[in-house]
Amino acid sequence: MQQPNNIIYKIEMAELKEELKGKIIEVLNLEDIAVADIADSDPLFGEGLGLDSIDALELIVLMDKEYGIKLSDPKQGKSIFQSIDTMAAYIAENRTK
Amino acid sequence: MVEAAYIQKVCVVRAKEVVVDAVSRFSSDDASFVDFYKKAFRELNPDYPKFFKMDALSKLAVLAAEYLLEGESLDDLALVLANRSGSLDTDVRHQAAIQHEGEYFPSPATFVYTLANICAGEISIRHGLQTENAFFVSENYPIDTAFSYTEYLLKSGKASQVLCGWVELFEEKYEAVLYLVSPKGTKKHTAENIKALFA
Repeated sequence: MQQPNNIIYKIEMAELKEELKGKIIEVLNLEDIAVADIADSDPLFGEGLGLDSIDALELIVLMDKEYGIKLSDPKQGKSIFQSIDTMAAYIAENRTK
Repeated sequence: MVEAAYIQKVCVVRAKEVVVDAVSRFSSDDASFVDFYKKAFRELNPDYPKFFKMDALSKLAVLAAEYLLEGESLDDLALVLANRSGSLDTDVRHQAAIQHEGEYFPSPATFVYTLANICAGEISIRHGLQTENAFFVSENYPIDTAFSYTEYLLKSGKASQVLCGWVELFEEKYEAVLYLVSPKGTKKHTAENIKALFA
């Protein structure tokens, strides 16, 4: 995913976001929430999905397990985990699997 | 300080059924505990999505407490709980996640439940309790210990009522027998009457 303006890139990003929403719902046991309920720009913490600090740690594990991304500095999480948009962008740039 | 204590109310969860004071409040033919607890909890319509993130032992404890405490005062409510398997059900899941070197992905959400008394904490969080709590691990419900400790809490003024009982779960086998000890009621809080709850 090297060309942000390419149509294929956009399709792949859309697919990645859908996949990511599904994994987050599954891993975090978000009962009664479907993929369609999560907007790409929704805040994941606070008013959005209402995730907590344990969920944040779970997202770090998800990044490692599913995409081969190790976040060594937990402070990075604050910007990466803002929304599905920011997570997907970081994954697209840094994934190793 | 409570002078005379009574077993005010009892909730039993076992065999896909929730029974409160000998009256069936919910039953389901669903095969798994997972399906059963979801439906039993939703039956009370609580707005509490955190329930679904808990481990199975905490779900069982919170579910039983939800039915037991429905409509009850929560003032000075202490907790005295016990079970046989501790947090083994969750311990096994955590162990599986760290078993293989190449697939070493311990789940923080699982790890935080690898202590038996977390289920007491979940009941406290759910109902906003900031009171005494104790959790005993024992082959069978430690009737004398639970009775003595509960009496101590009530008579020393550390609590004015106590949620007591057994919350045992391992894999698909589960049983909760919770009872509320308070100054209200007709059945005296005695070791004999507690024993009868487990007959």
